[in-house]
Amino acid sequence: MLHMIEHVFKEQNLVAAFAVIGAVMWLSLAISKRFTAGRVHGSAIAILMGLALAYAGGLMTGGQKGLADVPVFAGIGLMGGAMLRDFAIVATAFEVDVVEARKAGLLGVLSLGLGTILPFIVGVAAALSFGYSDAISVTTIGAGAITYIVGPVTGAALGADSTVIALSIATGVLKAVIVMVGTPFVARMIGLDNPRSAMAFGGMMGTVSGVAGGLAATDPKLVPYGALTATFHTGIGCLVGPSIFYLGMRALMG
Amino acid sequence: MTVSGVALLAISTLLGVFIGDLLGLALNVKANVGGVGIAMMLLIAARVWLTRHGGMPSGIKLGVEFWATMYIPIVVAMAAQQNVVAAMRGGPMVVITALSTVALCFAAVALIGRHGRDRKHEVEVEPELERGGKVIAGAFQPGDPEHAIAVAREV
Repeated sequence: MLHMIEHVFKEQNLVAAFAVIGAVMWLSLAISKRFTAGRVHGSAIAILMGLALAYAGGLMTGGQKGLADVPVFAGIGLMGGAMLRDFAIVATAFEVDVVEARKAGLLGVLSLGLGTILPFIVGVAAALSFGYSDAISVTTIGAGAITYIVGPVTGAALGADSTVIALSIATGVLKAVIVMVGTPFVARMIGLDNPRSAMAFGGMMGTVSGVAGGLAATDPKLVPYGALTATFHTGIGCLVGPSIFYLGMRALMG
Repeated sequence: MTVSGVALLAISTLLGVFIGDLLGLALNVKANVGGVGIAMMLLIAARVWLTRHGGMPSGIKLGVEFWATMYIPIVVAMAAQQNVVAAMRGGPMVVITALSTVALCFAAVALIGRHGRDRKHEVEVEPELERGGKVIAGAFQPGDPEHAIAVAREV
């Protein structure tokens, strides 16, 4: 019996993922209503639950893809993978107020620039204070603070050590997780309640998964504005990481 | 036809990602440069074009908005496949870097997000924003007001 259920889950993996995620969403909404009187967004709880499931899945399988590495939940990997995620993000653009987005365009560009430079400086400072002294390692760790894709792309381009690349990925992933979980708590403090600041937020925080999760948990109406700028972040990071940033670091460190 | 909406979304996404790849190639970057962002702009342009040329067929709207309403569940599935174990085991340098980066960037958002705010305009677009938020949250009801402002206003 159990074996047969397992078989159905494996064979119909995407459909099973819809059911599992549906159950997680339903449970989260119920928790939000009953225990927090709606003060904590249902989506915020659902994302936390997702992360907790990812942690459990990672411990169970020792894999890198959280719950999706458990064979019966493999469909989660397809449902939450880059393809459908990007598809859904693009769909949210249908709800964008064009005037608002155009007006905040310059702000988005400014935040993209700052959002690439500031994390890099923090990453470089941390790498230096933890004893890394060669330009390649320092640049790779700094790039990891931009997003978890910029780190390994930069590291691979520069020929960095694999442990250093692993550290840069871990930094980027942790950054994404903190953004997902932390955004709803600081949203009011940083004025994240309108399209303008959402566009600044997207460019500043960078990580698409972090921004996608953080805004969904804060206020769904801000999602498309943040996503619009955030999706440029990784590309820009990969552009400047192995080039300008590395040359700059090499010039500074001799 | 609902599928025309899904197809419109698919074409926008494919075109955007393709242009992003081309941009990456042109800039000699091993990554897609803003593909999804470009796709979003293409879809926005398509919406504007459709509303100007005789309104938005409800099939197209349904096809696109269905996927917008799936956004949060998909994000939850995305969260469920993050490498959280690696993120937790990163060690002090990883934790310090990630925490201070996020804190600094939050502060920067607070600073530049405030710049040049236009509260009057925000009040005007509020109903449309609320509707968009409801769609993305998956809480839009058939009886709720439509894109009242977006249609009436020239864009």
